[in-house]
Parts: sequence; structure tokens; C-alpha cells
Amino acid sequence: MTDASITAPKARALPKVKSSTIVMGLYLLFLMLPIYWLLNMSFKTNTEIVSTFTLWPTNPTLDNYRTILTDPAWYTGYINSLIYVVMNTVISLAVALPAAYAFSRYHFMGDKHLFFWLLTNRMAPPAVFALPFFQLYSSVGLFDTHIAVALAHCLFNVPLAVWILEGFMRGVPKEIDETAYIDGYSFGRFFAKIFMPLIASGIGVAAFFCFMFSWVELLLSRTLTTVDAKPIAAIMTRTQGAAGIDWGVLAAAGILTIVPGALVIYFVRNYIAKGFALGRV
Amino acid sequence: MEKTVNQKAWFLVLPVLVLVAFSAVIPLMTVVNYSVQDTFGNNQFFWAGLEWFKEMLRDDRMWDALGRQLMFSGIILLIQIPLGVFIALNMPKSGFWVSFCLVVMSLPLLIPWNVVGTIWQIFGRVDIGLLGHTLAAIGVDYNYTSDPFAAWVTIIVMDVWHWTSLVALLAYAGLKSIPDAYYQAAKIDQASRWAVFRYIELPKMMGVLMIAILLRFMDSFMIYTEPFVVTGGGPGSTTTMLSIDLVKMALGQFDLGPAAAFSIMYFLTILLISWVFYTVMTNLEKREG
Repeated sequence: MTDASITAPKARALPKVKSSTIVMGLYLLFLMLPIYWLLNMSFKTNTEIVSTFTLWPTNPTLDNYRTILTDPAWYTGYINSLIYVVMNTVISLAVALPAAYAFSRYHFMGDKHLFFWLLTNRMAPPAVFALPFFQLYSSVGLFDTHIAVALAHCLFNVPLAVWILEGFMRGVPKEIDETAYIDGYSFGRFFAKIFMPLIASGIGVAAFFCFMFSWVELLLSRTLTTVDAKPIAAIMTRTQGAAGIDWGVLAAAGILTIVPGALVIYFVRNYIAKGFALGRV
Repeated sequence: MEKTVNQKAWFLVLPVLVLVAFSAVIPLMTVVNYSVQDTFGNNQFFWAGLEWFKEMLRDDRMWDALGRQLMFSGIILLIQIPLGVFIALNMPKSGFWVSFCLVVMSLPLLIPWNVVGTIWQIFGRVDIGLLGHTLAAIGVDYNYTSDPFAAWVTIIVMDVWHWTSLVALLAYAGLKSIPDAYYQAAKIDQASRWAVFRYIELPKMMGVLMIAILLRFMDSFMIYTEPFVVTGGGPGSTTTMLSIDLVKMALGQFDLGPAAAFSIMYFLTILLISWVFYTVMTNLEKREG
């Protein structure tokens, strides 16, 4: 299929239609269609959605968005989600940075086992942890707080952050550490002033992944919250049922949950591929 | 890289240990506790030994869910890995379109999982969904709420939509690391397209592909939210995966003992399979140096 592009690897992308362009076009279309459909519905009134079937809104309306952005029951959901996601990202990075440094630079007793044990937490099904988390956080009085969700999400985000950062740190030559120590830098100063700037892209990628997995998770965040820290995703599931579903508002809420993700992707777009490879390319 | 032996490195790992102990070890011990005890309510527990495990192992319900789960993960891997590699091979080589493709491809990955479910629930509906409506218009009898086959197709297409990009991005990162000289050498040797793929691209992608397989296996094996939103585990229990079954048991019926025994066996299964993948992966990394 891709003879043209591979036998001439040096050729710059010429404006001719290649089979690879068609493949990519079809794939991107497949990815965008369901999202487009949601977008389409979010600009329609519920009566229009239910009564007629059109490929685009005939009377575009912003009412659905207005409903969400003016009703505290809706928009606090977004604020709650953002609060615990940011908390989680900060906590995960703060503990993962030194650990990843240790794993990338030193041998110590049980390091390999420890590393794998950390990874096993990434493999733990949230469903297994839902009930014990509920009881644990209730018993220490953290139930329905943002920090509870942030800590719970550390279960899978910390191992992932350690894994990614370790991959990036491995790429930094050890001589840099040694030179800095000879020059009289303390560990703390070296780490903050020299090392962190060197792996800035790695930190960015790790932050992106923490953000992403905390943002998309629902099972734990729903189990650990009732009112005060309820995430937007859980509010969406609640509105279904009762007096039928308001598809328009649901679609608008869905679109609004995609926005933060789309924004952060834009900022890390050049590192995305390497990041998904956990820094191991 | 040469690593030096330094036991003090433990201090750097300590924060992670404390945090993970709080968020993983304590909850896990609770689960272990429940799995070997029985209760008549009032917080009075007594020792039940391995009774729950035996009961769960005799229970067809768990075996059925496990069967469905294995089938689901198997189909997902069989579709997503080759498709992801294929997409990566067709990525534009440079310029604006690379960024464009990367951003669009990452989009499904950042959508909250229940919204993914909602999107496909709407998309597949015959009355208001584009997919369902189109299929009905061309005369396909498609209804994912009553037909098990349609339900399965829907959640598999949904998962392909949701996660294939992850595999493609990983494979793309692997491909990018291949120096041009390799391709030039292949060209001089007049290697066929297949030979280039088989002897240059595939071996170079092996490392990242293992990560892809590991991640896709783990996540598809733990899948909960998306099928739950779309089908609710139905029709009947035809799309009830392990996690859905477990949550039903633990949070729905509050059968703590059986649910805990179920949890432990579930976790161990994932751990075992992942450990195999992980070992293969680290061995591959070592061989490459």
C-alpha cells in the first residue's frame, strides 16, 4: 500500500493523492464522525433531535450550553473535576520525580521487584478497589472531598509517572550528574536547577498523562463522591433517566468534557508520540 | 547506562512507597480480609477460610464473565494491534499534517470514558444516531439493546475507535526512531515492501509494540465504564465483563465475601498475564541493549 512513501523516504510530502493519504483520511473520518455527531446534537433543541433527523442543526441554538454554564449543579461538576485532576497531577509528579531518579541512576536492594510492584498498581482493576476505597476514605473522614479522589487516582497515575519519567531520565547522560556534584552542587540544587530543565519535556508528558487518566476515570471518582466533589462525568450519568433524557444538554455536556483534553493535547502535540512510548524510544 | 549501587536511593523512593501503601496496600488488605471472613451484619465477622474462593470457583457466573472477558480482550488485541501498526505506517512523513494527525488521533483518548459510552450510545441509536439510522436506512436489522451480536459489535467498534490511536501513536514513535540509512540500505538491496516491514520496521517496533500490547491488554481486561454506559452489561448478561460483574456484586448486592474472593482472583489473573508480557518486554529491551 505504501510503496511510494517508503522506497523514497527522503521525498518531501508532495501534494499528490497517495494511498497513505486515503488510509489516514478514512481513519480520521472514522474518529471524527461520532464526535461530530455529538457536536451536531449539542446545537439542537431536544424536540429537534427527537422529531427530525438532520446531518446538521437546522436552527443552531446555544441554549444547551447556556443551561450548563448557568446552572451551578452542572458547572460545579467541571470545577470539581478540574480541582482533583490538578491535585492528582501535582501529587503524582512530586513523589514520582525523586523515585524515577533513583530507579534511573542507582541499583539498590530490591529495586527491580519494587519497580514491578509499582507497575502492578497500574494493573489493578479500579473495580477491585472501589469498595475498599469507599470504606477507607469514609473511615478517615475524607469521603466526598477532592483530595480523596486525587489520592485514589494516584493508584494508577504514580506508577505511570514513575515509568514515563524513568524512561526520559535514562536518556540523560550520567556525566552531567557527576560534573554537577564535582562543581559543588547539592543534590537538591542540582535536581531543581540542572536536571529538571533537562527532562522538562518528560515532566510535561508525565503531567499530561496524569491529567488524562485522572480526567477520564469515572468508577473511582463516582464511588468516592456524593455532592461536594462530584465530577462532571458522574453528574452526566445522573441526568439520564427520570423524565426522559435531554439529549441536547447531554451532548453539550459531553462536548465540554472534550475541551480540556483537546487544549492540553495541543500543548504537548510534539511530544505525544514519545510520551505514549513512555519515553522509551 | 551503568548504574551505581547506592542503598540511600531508598530515601528517594520512600514518598512513593508511603503513598502507594496508603492507596493500594491498605485497601488490598481489606479485600483479603473480606475474602476469608463471613458476616451476619452488625460488623461481626468470623473466619470462613477459603469457602468464598471455593464457592466462586464453582460459580458459573464468574466463569462466564471470564470467558466473555477473554474473548473481548482477544478480539480487541487482534484488531487494534495490526490496525494500529497499519495506521502508523500510513502517517504523513513530515510537516503540518503530522501534528494535525497526532492531535486528532489523540482526541478520543482524552474523552472521559462515560462520555465515550454516551457518544456511542447516541451514535448507534436507530432513532437519533447517525450509525443506527444509516444502518436501518440500508436495511440492516441493528439494535444493540436487544440483539447480543449487535451489542458486541457496538462495544468492539467503540473500543477500536477509542484506543486504536494509542497503538498507532506507539508504533509511530517506534518507526520515527529508525534512521534513514536503514531504508537507503534496503533500497540498494532492492528489498520488497514486505521485507522492509518484516526485517527493519517490525523488529525496531517490537519494544514499543510490547508496551502497546501490555497497556491494551490491561485496560481492556479492566474495562468497565464504556460497555456499562452503552449496554449496561446486557442484553441479558451477554456483555457483562468481569469489572461490571464485580461492581454489581460488591456495590450493588454488597456480597462482600464472594466479591472480595472474586477481586483477588481477578487481580491475580491480570497480574499473571501482565507479568508474562513484562518479562518478555524487559528481555527484548536487554537484547537490544
